[in-house]
Amino acid sequence: MKRREALLSLGAAVAAAPAVSADTARAEVVRNYPQDMALDRAFQPPSVRVGGPLTVLTDDSERRTIGAIFDRLIPADEFGPSATEAGCIEFLDAQLAGPFGQGAALYREGPRAPDEDKMVQKAQFIATPRERYATGLKALDAWATNKHGAPFADLEAARQDEILAGMENGDIELAPEVNTKAFFELMLQNVREGYFSDPIYGGNKNMAGWKMIGFPGARYDYRLYADRTGQKLDLEPVNLIPKD
Amino acid sequence: MERKRPKTDVVVVGLGWSGSLMAEELTRAGLNVVAIDRGGWIDTSTHTPPAVDPDELRWAIRKELFSPPRDNTVTFRNRAEQTAVPLRDFGIFELGGGVGGAGFHWAGMGWRFSPWAFEIRSKTIERYGRAKAQDDEMQLQDWGITYAELEPFYDRWERIAGISGQAGNIQGQIQPGGNPFEGPRTRDYPTPKLKTLRMMEIFNNATEKMGLHPFTIPCANLSQPYVNPLGVTMGACSYCGFCLGFGCGNFSKSSPQACIFPALMRRSNFSVITKSCVTKVNKAADGKTVTGVTFVNEHGDTIEQPADIVCLTAFQVDNTRILLNSQISEVYNARTGTGTVGRNFTFQTVSGTDLWFEAETINPFIGAGALGSQIDDYNSDNFDHSNLGFIGGAGMLTLSRDGMPIAKASALPPGTPRWGSGFKKGYAKYYQNYGVIFNQGCSMPVKAATLDLDPTYRDKYGVPLLRVTYDYAQSDRNMAKFTMDRAVEIAREMGASHVSPFNFGDKPFTAGIVASDHVIGGTPMGSDPTTSTVNPLLQSWDAHNLFVVGASVFPMNDGYNPTGTVGALAIRTARAIHETYVKHPGSLVEG
Repeated sequence: MKRREALLSLGAAVAAAPAVSADTARAEVVRNYPQDMALDRAFQPPSVRVGGPLTVLTDDSERRTIGAIFDRLIPADEFGPSATEAGCIEFLDAQLAGPFGQGAALYREGPRAPDEDKMVQKAQFIATPRERYATGLKALDAWATNKHGAPFADLEAARQDEILAGMENGDIELAPEVNTKAFFELMLQNVREGYFSDPIYGGNKNMAGWKMIGFPGARYDYRLYADRTGQKLDLEPVNLIPKD
Repeated sequence: MERKRPKTDVVVVGLGWSGSLMAEELTRAGLNVVAIDRGGWIDTSTHTPPAVDPDELRWAIRKELFSPPRDNTVTFRNRAEQTAVPLRDFGIFELGGGVGGAGFHWAGMGWRFSPWAFEIRSKTIERYGRAKAQDDEMQLQDWGITYAELEPFYDRWERIAGISGQAGNIQGQIQPGGNPFEGPRTRDYPTPKLKTLRMMEIFNNATEKMGLHPFTIPCANLSQPYVNPLGVTMGACSYCGFCLGFGCGNFSKSSPQACIFPALMRRSNFSVITKSCVTKVNKAADGKTVTGVTFVNEHGDTIEQPADIVCLTAFQVDNTRILLNSQISEVYNARTGTGTVGRNFTFQTVSGTDLWFEAETINPFIGAGALGSQIDDYNSDNFDHSNLGFIGGAGMLTLSRDGMPIAKASALPPGTPRWGSGFKKGYAKYYQNYGVIFNQGCSMPVKAATLDLDPTYRDKYGVPLLRVTYDYAQSDRNMAKFTMDRAVEIAREMGASHVSPFNFGDKPFTAGIVASDHVIGGTPMGSDPTTSTVNPLLQSWDAHNLFVVGASVFPMNDGYNPTGTVGALAIRTARAIHETYVKHPGSLVEG
């Protein structure tokens, strides 16, 4: 095997391993100060996705629905591009394909107690985010078709907003198997993540989200500016350098 | 690895702040120390350098440096008649995922507790009478040590961590610019306070005008380069704001990695076993001592580590759970008041207010994890409680911590749309105009609170999860309301156009919403063996070669972050072990 192939297959093995955290160290007895000063590979920034087919949101109608929702949550206007223009679908697809989508960090052991949500004061799930999207988007389109004669993406913007507001405030229950209010919050959280996280993750294209609010991004030293309290600084945002 | 490792002098369970401070003391005194940590090896330069660190999604939102709930969670309920439910997602238990523990990802507030806290029961009775200390709900008890006894060890911890601050009381002399309410200090902080940023300026001006006493929070984010007593060099903080939940790529946030490992790891009498979880302390046949610990490594091997001395220095919940699982010392029973393990779980009782201006330029992205201004006028027993329905108080602070754009999207004035163009318009304006007054309230122990093992839910090793039964004391709820009202007054004086108060004491306690991540108690210290698990030197009353170190020993919580007190107690116990215990093994204290 050539060196490059070896590296690639190594990369594939790492990518395939379900990781909760970036930590890949093995159980070992560590004596003396570790001499290897290279950046731990699992801690490197991810590679930027360069387009191409999606891996989770592969169903056309599902993708149209989530795109329509995202663009009502963050529409294009004088403050910046819409969520889909900023890459939030690509962002969500990558997140759902990875540890977040798999619910890798969650404690998912049963039994599910009937009063869990009440005690915790927020909704809890054994289902993974990936499963919740699949179920929720399907239920939303079925509900929209049943109620308004067309899937969500084909409805008027005002109607779409009305439905989203109903999901947000608990007036609409899409289906018994969907916690509609919590599903709305999941989508709102994820679209914000896509719009305001480092462009390395697929969203926030051209750092549009950061420019909208004036966040200077992945800067690491403000000592030159810290004394200029209360002054506009107009700093150009910077982003992380991807692995590739 | 072998099933039974060679015996060592000391085994340290968990290599966070407590474990590394103790290991440093004990190895320097010539003892052989083996540390065992559930996490893998991580360090700042190899894992969280500036090329990786400034990434809100990965570290602050996905919390990749934390030990995930999948591996570390609890069940909880508010009252004993309820059935506890498992916490499935991240919540108030922010345990570290690697060596260094939570000390690697913490924000860096470097506090001492008030002198009052250590003698809370005596002082309350002395000033207000017995009725105030005994309301049939609270379970106040003194710590068995005084602030004055702990002061030299606070000083040592601050020197190791390099804490940046300005003294308010040096040997009884009140110092201008510092906190006039703090306990007397031997000397000033090792490094000067950090810069005063915009939100702090506004808070300082308003509180001074109101006759209050603002000061800069003591920070483990260093204001200048520094060499600590172990010969370890630290750098100056660059105000990047990527601290809480993050590593630090500048060697400027104090952590076991930045302050202790460079000295400790090079010692031939120290080693750390990584990715290995201690499940049990093993009892000796004589019933008076322990023989070491049992751990499971990531390959599933169960291994014994014999030791002459066992130090439990894990996170608060784990110290308690390991003791419960080892069946050492009697389990606390809330009905009879007998037993001590699982007693006096406390938290922080948080209230405060969010606030917004119309035309400020806060530049929130310039900050440091612990940076902010605080007033202690309404903290601890710094004000008269005679006519108030509570004891204790809150450190009332404003933060110049960070400007994280995903998280701050939720911090918009009431009535601002949460989505759509209205959201974008509101966020574009108020990102530069948002601030908070956060009341970090004390937490009084209650008789009804217990930590025990859950009958239903288990972790991946088959060990029962810790079950938390807890709700806030009425005293704390009253305190939270009182300090919330004070926060609103300050916010108005600051000139805020929108003021939106919050009070976690309004609702039942939940482990699922992060009011704070300071979980306290379960193995309380004290001078009375019937109400404490460990004596004032943190030695088990029931096994003299077992020491339990960390926030699990606080019998209550003061209105401050716990790390400084954890550090001071750890150093004090390590000194007692190598100066006294190893020469005369046995109880260090008369029971």
